[in-house]
Amino acid sequence: MTPFLIVDGIAAAMPAANIDTDVIMPKVFLKGIDRRGLAAGLFHDLRFDADGRPRPDFILNRPGYAAARFLLVGPNFGCGSSREHAVWGLRQFGIRALIGTSFAGIFTDNAANNGLLLLSLDPDRLAPLMAAAEAAPLPLEVDLGDRCIRHAGGALRFDIDEDARAALMSGLDRIGTSLAKADRIRAFERDYLAERPWLADA
Amino acid sequence: MTSGRTLYDKIIDRHKVMSLNGLDGPGETLLLYIDRTVLNEYTSPQAFSGLREAGRALWRPAAALGVIDHVNSTAPVRDNDSADRDAARQMQYFLENGRDFGIEIYDVLHPLQGIEHVVLPDIGWVMPGLVIAAGDSHTTTYGAFGSVGFGIGTSDIEHLLATQCVIYHRLKTMRATIDGSLAPGVTAKDVIMALIRQIGASGASGHALEFAGDAIMAMGVEERMTICNMAVECGARVALVRPDAKVLRYMAGRPRSIAPHHLEQAERVWADLNSDADARFDTEVRLHASDVAPMVTWGTSPDQAATIDGRVPDPARLPEAEARATRQAIDYMGLVPDMALDEIRIDRAFIGSCTNARLSDLRDAARILEGRKVADGVRAIVSPGSSTVRREAEAEGLDRIFTSAGFEWRQSGCSMCLAMNDDVLAPGQRCASSTNRNFEGRQGSGGRTHLMSPAMVAAAAVRGRLADVRDFSAIGARA
Repeated sequence: MTPFLIVDGIAAAMPAANIDTDVIMPKVFLKGIDRRGLAAGLFHDLRFDADGRPRPDFILNRPGYAAARFLLVGPNFGCGSSREHAVWGLRQFGIRALIGTSFAGIFTDNAANNGLLLLSLDPDRLAPLMAAAEAAPLPLEVDLGDRCIRHAGGALRFDIDEDARAALMSGLDRIGTSLAKADRIRAFERDYLAERPWLADA
Repeated sequence: MTSGRTLYDKIIDRHKVMSLNGLDGPGETLLLYIDRTVLNEYTSPQAFSGLREAGRALWRPAAALGVIDHVNSTAPVRDNDSADRDAARQMQYFLENGRDFGIEIYDVLHPLQGIEHVVLPDIGWVMPGLVIAAGDSHTTTYGAFGSVGFGIGTSDIEHLLATQCVIYHRLKTMRATIDGSLAPGVTAKDVIMALIRQIGASGASGHALEFAGDAIMAMGVEERMTICNMAVECGARVALVRPDAKVLRYMAGRPRSIAPHHLEQAERVWADLNSDADARFDTEVRLHASDVAPMVTWGTSPDQAATIDGRVPDPARLPEAEARATRQAIDYMGLVPDMALDEIRIDRAFIGSCTNARLSDLRDAARILEGRKVADGVRAIVSPGSSTVRREAEAEGLDRIFTSAGFEWRQSGCSMCLAMNDDVLAPGQRCASSTNRNFEGRQGSGGRTHLMSPAMVAAAAVRGRLADVRDFSAIGARA
């Protein structure tokens, strides 16, 4: 996992509420057995028409937005299906952070497991950025160490869970970290199954 | 004086291996022990590949069961191969992973195959007080048994298989109290759809949602499964109902249910599975069952719903923020502002999914279909929730009612709920569907989905347009 320290790039605006993971990564891209090739599927039905031609109105097809590294998004982004393919696709497309007001639960966990930074701002703090990014490609710098978004008009501080921040900055192997606690898990399991023998054979 | 604990916190507390951030209670990150998981062929392959690459073993293979459900065909004759090369490869890799890692897999030829969240209750593998995490958002279904169930992504599946734990953030708690009794023709599906409309698609986000009240406790376990299943559509990560005697009766005699000699001891532990009278919830909502009427969605988010006697909203009469989303949804759905919902004509009808394809759902639909015919020009299919449900329905003769009415009687799978197999809407086609999501493109690129109860799907199939099931009950063929 690529550590996230300071990232700069263009931000694009997708202000609609409830953008779900079916829209982020449609079903026809879910039939692999590896994580590859998902940049092509990202927002597929919004990006391309039925004949596979880019829709010129879609934000990421407009001039200056194709290399976006940030998306400014509406409430409850990532709702619906648990498919981690949505997050893999965003990362493979080059997106490093989503800046919104709220994110769905499973999507939040999937993002954390793949080094995709999710930032939640109050709606009135997000609105000026959203308006600017809807008008023109908006250059931003996101500094995770400093907890700060910098743009031409100034800087915005943000709050983030300390553990999430540390994990993003170091790119930790979460399974390895948990397996280092194997003795604790084993001891828990022994007591738990002794109390609930009906679960001992699983 | 400290207040009592909620059912959710009791279950999480008992499965906590250790806190990971020094907190105990709200805001806590913890290592959470997972009792059981169910795997499917499309969200698990990369997890197994990760284990292979790192040379990691499974912590407890017997705590996992695999079921093929998402990509398989529902054609009446079963076959382990698939005409779809990618689907065939996913199924084959899934079986290979089962063999190599020692996990039992129900393939499409297995007599117990079906949709994962129908299969686990079918075989009696869900019981009160468990924590079940699985690679599918509708894992919330198991709340109907008083178990914490939640969906996880593929990276967390890999973590779970290697450690029997997930890194877990304790949720806030919400209680939805639904008192009173349901009017005839109104079902559990209508109750959860009404709640989603009331609190919105993210109304329970970040919360474990416990359902309580007379109307919930009067429901059977399968109705509670419908409620808990769809709670994820208002953002709830976990749904719960206090387990009662109905749950114990439902579990009894199923092939992988608790062994009778353990039952007395288990029931002593399960007796504490309820929220204490003085437990405080972070949020409380209420809904009166008698106010609920048959529901349908008109838009592309599950909260864009109305009662069947209502109309498509008119964006001109809404505040700008809401008008934009409404206009976009109506446009995608090919509807006209202010048109009556029961004037909307359909091309397809689908009864299936982990929300509404259990035996009681098929009975509800069959009561409407008996002695009636699907309207000309409507293609209607039913995919029973599992092969077990399919056999049970056939034993009652329900298959003949469906086929006589003109429904196709299919095999089991997720099918047209998410259309990963060949059960797909063509662009512009409109479907009355007993499923859980009406997202853009959910049932096929350009397809249009109206969510409703199985009986409402049957009514719509007969009329050829969205219809009020209450107009049918009085004139049923048996009446």
